[in-house]
Amino acid sequence: MFVRKLTESNAAGWAYVLPSFGLLVAFIILPFFFAFYFSLTNQRLISPNPTEFVGFENYRNLLSVGTIVLEPERDANGALIINDDGSIEYPRLRSFTRNNPEYPHLDRMREWFSWQTGPNNELKRVILARDVVFMRAMKNTFIFVLVVAPLQASLALLLALLINQKLRGINFYRAVYFMPVVISIVVVAFLWRLVYDGENGLLNNILQAITFGRFEPVDWLGNSDTALGSIIGMSIWQAVGFHMVIWLSGLQTISPTLYEAGKLEGASKWQTFRYITWPGLRNTAVLILIVITMQAFGVFAQIDVMTNGGPLDSTQSIVFQAIDRGYGKQDISGGSAISVLLFLIVLSVSLIQRYVTRERS
Amino acid sequence: MKLTKLSAILAGCTLMSSAAAAQTELSMWYHGAGNEVESAIINQIIDDFNASQSDYTIALESFPQGAYNDAVQAAALAGNLPDIIDVDGPVMPGWAWAGWIAPLPIDEAEFADFLPGTKGIWNGTLYSIGLWDAAVALYTRQSTLDELGLRTPTLDNPWSGEEFMSALEAAKASGNYDYALDLGTAWTGEWFPYAFSPFLQSFGGDMIDRSSYTTAEGALNGDAAIEFGEWWQGLFTDGYAQATQDGADRDAGFNTGKYAFSWNGNWAAIPTLEQVDDVVFLPAPDFGNGSTIGAASWQFGVTTTSEHPEGAAEFIRFATQDKYLAAFSDGIGLIPSTASAALLTENYASGGALEVFYGLSEAQALVRPVTPGYAVVAKVFEKALADIANGADVADTLDAAVDEIDADIESNGGYGN
Repeated sequence: MFVRKLTESNAAGWAYVLPSFGLLVAFIILPFFFAFYFSLTNQRLISPNPTEFVGFENYRNLLSVGTIVLEPERDANGALIINDDGSIEYPRLRSFTRNNPEYPHLDRMREWFSWQTGPNNELKRVILARDVVFMRAMKNTFIFVLVVAPLQASLALLLALLINQKLRGINFYRAVYFMPVVISIVVVAFLWRLVYDGENGLLNNILQAITFGRFEPVDWLGNSDTALGSIIGMSIWQAVGFHMVIWLSGLQTISPTLYEAGKLEGASKWQTFRYITWPGLRNTAVLILIVITMQAFGVFAQIDVMTNGGPLDSTQSIVFQAIDRGYGKQDISGGSAISVLLFLIVLSVSLIQRYVTRERS
Repeated sequence: MKLTKLSAILAGCTLMSSAAAAQTELSMWYHGAGNEVESAIINQIIDDFNASQSDYTIALESFPQGAYNDAVQAAALAGNLPDIIDVDGPVMPGWAWAGWIAPLPIDEAEFADFLPGTKGIWNGTLYSIGLWDAAVALYTRQSTLDELGLRTPTLDNPWSGEEFMSALEAAKASGNYDYALDLGTAWTGEWFPYAFSPFLQSFGGDMIDRSSYTTAEGALNGDAAIEFGEWWQGLFTDGYAQATQDGADRDAGFNTGKYAFSWNGNWAAIPTLEQVDDVVFLPAPDFGNGSTIGAASWQFGVTTTSEHPEGAAEFIRFATQDKYLAAFSDGIGLIPSTASAALLTENYASGGALEVFYGLSEAQALVRPVTPGYAVVAKVFEKALADIANGADVADTLDAAVDEIDADIESNGGYGN
């Protein structure tokens, strides 16, 4: 009698919800509003100065871009000056961006990227940004998401299909694939730093062994061309087991009768996958896509442990920048502005994904 | 021998401390948790102090170094700071500016004979005092110098920039070493500004304009700084040093003969002395503006929230006695703060193995920029040097560093300068 009353009482329901709801408010909802508020101020981590409201200044500092077309340098005869490496000589950008009253809109900006333009490709159009490091962090994060989301999802599906068979000892393989997920990402990142080591790393040793010593060792994390790729590879490996388990649970909800029917009709392996397995995994696929995307946008620990954003900003990420500024450089307002931007980015990407994968009737 | 003496004192103190219940308790935080020798010494000092007088007792709480600054920060925001804290030299102005530590209630004249780097002075006021300092030197072997036909530089007559570069070239050309120079690029973080900004100063630049402390323009991106940056980049592009280094190579590379020269601190000297018989410690090269090395290590200060600053001062006065400076030096190899304490030590007495470091510290030490903005300056400087080492354009990178430092100073209202 008493039990029944308790389970049907509205107040009891709220009481059950209260602890987790309270924690959510205290640690997720309130901090979010704080971040939004701080991003409009000049709040510092340590400072005796009063906090001032600065409007969208923090966002302007992060997102301002400019552009300029550079005329090539010419010698006395009006001919182009060519550098030793064959490129055309241009005036230095710092002569426009530093203390030049004719270009106030470019003050303190830096080159982000540039291309040749105009007749004979003699001119150089330069895109400048107030905060080049943040721009690179955005670019790297998007590359990370665009590579990790499809690769990790499909690799996880492949593994799930492999371990969804009734074989002896299949649980052993399930455990092996799942193992990296259980280990802390920080520990995994430390181990992979050894794998990627430029001199005696495991990866270099393996590659040298299978090419009979012809492979030149690469400093995977110390080279700006390979660093981001190395982090992507390691990240996919680390979390693939988690998504494999979700795929597996999806696979096991598909009724065996469908497979039996397919067999009777003489469906090939590919047809079975295409017309029975894949449609049955629809909802799982949507879930996995959204989860991986959101996780990938938050990439931080690997970078903090393995590269610190370097070399030459090739592995900067949005969250790494938020923490580096807010905590390392004690600029809470700048870090908050980055967090708010990240929130808006992830929200819009998720909404787009929801729209694209919606149920069409 | 040393340890038995120590434990005898410790045992004696435990017996006495039971009588100290009625005294005022002062709390103290220290960064040395996890280091047994260091903990033993600091405990000994506290026990001696508690036994020496009847007004105060010190209650120590130790933190691991990596978490120490965060703990102080959190405690300050929560209003729970202890009475006595220790603070890393370059961080001190930040904490003083934030109002966490108070001017030291001890007359500066009492520390007249202390090494300049051990005194935490900001805006003309003494805030903290250190029991030791650290110094950096160029490690090499006498046999390397002989083999390459190099002059031994001295404190009065250090290598010039050209001599230093030809020494590196000779080491590289000999083919006996993987790399000529071990700079310690594996040690990210504070090592970069501490160890490498003295080179910049020797070129005539600096991390910030020390006359005003309100801008880095001209100091960090002037001609001297750009010259420094080109030189720094050349060390890596010309193959003298590694831009990314394996941590294990940093720890053991010089001792096993991988490098001809190593730029390293006095704290690494004792293990090297054990493994390399003919190691010599050379002063920093002079790139035109004199030789300098970084200074200032951990120091003691009193918090603004302490209700008994006079008791805290009494403890600090007690702890800065020569015998304790010597105990720290003997225990963990640090440079004692006074010449009279140096005489009591194993390594820094005249003829001691590390005596040269005391001379370096006395003659060449220059504290890192004394401003609350240092935390940001240090991080920006580290990133600029790492980027330049990896091939970034020197002038553009230094310009960007200047802009970032200046923007930070501006948004902090000039840090009180």
